[in-house]
Amino acid sequence: MLDSPNTPLPTTEAEVIEYLQRHGAKDMLRFLTAGSVDDGKSTLIGRLLYDSKMIYEDQLAAVMEDSAVHGTTDTDFDPALLTDGLKAEREQGITIDVAYRYFSTDKRNFIIADTPGHEQYTRNMATGASTCDLAVILVDARHGVLEQTRRHSFIASLLGIRHLAVCINKMDLVDYSQEVFERICLEYQGFAAKLEDIDMHFIPISALRGDNVVDPSENMPWFQGGSLLYYLETVPVSTDRNLIDMRFPVQYVVRPDLNYRGYCGTVASGILRKGNEVTVLPSGRQTRVVSLTTFEGEVEEAFPPMAVTVTLEDEVDISRGDMIVHPNNRPHVAQDFEAIVVWMNDDPLEVNGSYLVKSTTNMVPATVTSLQYRFDINSLHRVDSETLHANEIGRVCVSTHRQICFDAYGRNRSTGCFIIVDRNTNATVGAGMILDREKTAQPVDSTAEPKSTHIRREASGVSVNEREALLNQKPATLWLTGLSGSGKSTIARDLERSLFDRGQACFILDGDNIRHGLNRDLGFNASDRTENIRRVSEVAALLNHAGLIVITSFISPYREDRAKAREIIGHDRFVEVHVDTPLEVCETRDPKGLYKKARAGEIAQFTGIDAPYEAPENPELTLKTADMKIAESTAQIVAYLEEQGLLSS
Amino acid sequence: MCNMITYNFSHLQQLEAESIFIIREVAASFDKPVMLYSIGKDSSVMLRLAQKAFHPAPIPFPLMHVDTTFKFKEMIAFRERMAKEVGFELLVWINQDGVTRGMNPFDFGSEEHTRVMKTDGLKQALDHYGFDAAYGGARRDEEKSRAKERIYSFRDRFHQWDPKNQRPELWNLYNNRVHKGESIRVFPLSNWTELDIWLYIMQEEIPIVPLYYAAEREVVERDGNLIMVDDDRLPLEPGETPQRKRVRFRTLGCYPLTGAIESDADTVPKIVQEMLLTKTSERQGRVIDADKSASMEEKKREGYF
Repeated sequence: MLDSPNTPLPTTEAEVIEYLQRHGAKDMLRFLTAGSVDDGKSTLIGRLLYDSKMIYEDQLAAVMEDSAVHGTTDTDFDPALLTDGLKAEREQGITIDVAYRYFSTDKRNFIIADTPGHEQYTRNMATGASTCDLAVILVDARHGVLEQTRRHSFIASLLGIRHLAVCINKMDLVDYSQEVFERICLEYQGFAAKLEDIDMHFIPISALRGDNVVDPSENMPWFQGGSLLYYLETVPVSTDRNLIDMRFPVQYVVRPDLNYRGYCGTVASGILRKGNEVTVLPSGRQTRVVSLTTFEGEVEEAFPPMAVTVTLEDEVDISRGDMIVHPNNRPHVAQDFEAIVVWMNDDPLEVNGSYLVKSTTNMVPATVTSLQYRFDINSLHRVDSETLHANEIGRVCVSTHRQICFDAYGRNRSTGCFIIVDRNTNATVGAGMILDREKTAQPVDSTAEPKSTHIRREASGVSVNEREALLNQKPATLWLTGLSGSGKSTIARDLERSLFDRGQACFILDGDNIRHGLNRDLGFNASDRTENIRRVSEVAALLNHAGLIVITSFISPYREDRAKAREIIGHDRFVEVHVDTPLEVCETRDPKGLYKKARAGEIAQFTGIDAPYEAPENPELTLKTADMKIAESTAQIVAYLEEQGLLSS
Repeated sequence: MCNMITYNFSHLQQLEAESIFIIREVAASFDKPVMLYSIGKDSSVMLRLAQKAFHPAPIPFPLMHVDTTFKFKEMIAFRERMAKEVGFELLVWINQDGVTRGMNPFDFGSEEHTRVMKTDGLKQALDHYGFDAAYGGARRDEEKSRAKERIYSFRDRFHQWDPKNQRPELWNLYNNRVHKGESIRVFPLSNWTELDIWLYIMQEEIPIVPLYYAAEREVVERDGNLIMVDDDRLPLEPGETPQRKRVRFRTLGCYPLTGAIESDADTVPKIVQEMLLTKTSERQGRVIDADKSASMEEKKREGYF
């Protein structure tokens, strides 16, 4: 219950009130500990609790007494006995389940999921990891990276954990050797390169002796990276949340009287605001948020993980399992999806067997229609398999009997996860993470399918939110379209300068530049123009994924091509800007002398002369450059971005 | 975006939101849930969370108190007051077999009394009403074996808990499926610590039984515990004379089995300050746990809450 040892205890009533309020206002980090048998997990947790004064005196007395019977150490007490809960486990000398521990320091409150190292308990590790932001991986300095270490790191990454604290433990048994530490770090990094991109932090410790656990170790002056506790207190995790894609799974309907019908739920991701236009899925009905009710009163907006009750403008038939979303940002609504599944039951997976799947607030009958492969947990190779046994992990196709709303787990941890329940025994037999197949589900056109069926999308380890937080912007593509000479490139350059000067990361994709390299094989006939725009759109989409604001400067004369660009880049990110300059003005400007050449017949298929320009019907912005200065055009675009919340003002 | 950084939720707000989610989830997916109301401070917090979960609608399930007939008088008075003020449906269950047998902790011993009046009483009540889910206010930080308890804890037809046969619990996807006769015990406060509970009581101004606050009370000293003379059923042993002391209780149960501590703490901040100083863990005041360190685990296997 106590704060870290340095904090003096509050004495006056006012101090206690302040102390309590500070305690409640701190943020929370949930982390798990994983390691092989005898790597010293329980000892580490006992040490964290003991050194941060979290142990009650009567508990400590009981442990001292127990140390004589069960203890495995010759020191004064065995910290592991503080955390090994169940009697049977204690007698076997191993932990066999997930145990949750609580402690706090001045900086943060912590929940530890203590997960087991024994080979047969992969499922418990997955269970612990599912609610955690960070994993502490323990490696015995005497043994280095073992199969278990690989397995634990892999599971943590599969379950969406983005931060690993790799503790090389028992440094006291290798004479606190820097060389041993560095060798193991290299070994670990060599293996972890195969995992999805994860933030990794290495610390040499001795949990038993307390080196680098709470305080920096005097025995390892060569290590300047701070103690484990320091890392746990300072690693940023709040940016891991998805605040973009609003998802509100309806959990419960309240109807206290005829005039009030409220939909209770917890915001899974994104931000829900009073007055928002919303779509209710799967029905697709549109309506508007009238109020967001809480016990304390109405609120203007709700964000994850707030629990609120929503009332809507129209009497729509909504029940538990439906999802309220923004009309322009929808999850998948489908009956089929692919997923990575961790099998948790002694009865193996039955392909085509009948199960129940629970996803958000939905429980639906479902079938696992195929098992594509299983992971060899040690090599991480994909191997053919007929089934999954307990503690095995594989990729499956799932078919639900009703449509459900979901996102890819890599994008949304709350709406991308599910459990599999056995219909006969009611046991929870599997846990799944839905894979991203956005592009295969909505092909851009027939030529957009990858030529090879072996190509699979790999999710990044860095989330969209993290990138947005780093760059302090939301990515978007400003698609400048207009005649040659309309001023696209000039505006693009001015806009880029202006955005860059205010600290935004942005980049121009210019027609001429792209045609010098990536698109040098393309000409100006209709099909080459279409391909030109497709490639540019894909590049813009990639740069947006990387977090950049992209400015494109292409004539892009065909409506259909721009519609495809919008599709590829995404409706939320595509901003169509019509640089609307009359042909006469462009022809007078003629900066590259192209109109002259076209009129002279030296250039064929020149837009505006002998090729059509299809003006946008509903562009996000129109710039009448004939009557405007360049700076005004730029200002208009910037104002639009601020208005849409893509840039902070 | 700059303003994203402001969408932060404190530790206590997160705990509250998580508990409300769990309470709603159970109400939505079980046929007949009940909230076990022990009248203690954790129950008081759980009650407030249930009010919040369904506001502006009333709590859609009953609260049930398993009365061992040896609860403090002030607890019973508080129970009746809360039922009236909050307006929930209150069920009170007393094991009539135990009453017929004249069950009391003095002649039968604390273990036997607790088993019959509390553990068996609870099982009878659950069977009688056919509840398929029962909310309890237990927290994982209370005791070592509770650290491994699930939020949804599966119980077989005999209300037994098997530590080796619990369902894996991932994300917030709780498995509500049970066969007839089986049930789930649900612990919405699993992730709260004692400090969180007190902070919440203070912030939310949640009423609690006055016994938590220090006052002059008549007690006798017995086996190192201060036992309150709550009524004339407490047999005094030779040499025992009730004396008035300024005491309070850290936990509440049957009065002959619950030790008081000498204290001047008569407000929540004073209680917290005392707690921070003493570092004596919560259940120590309960006579029943003092036998051996794994005793709670054995009671849980039998169906003790």
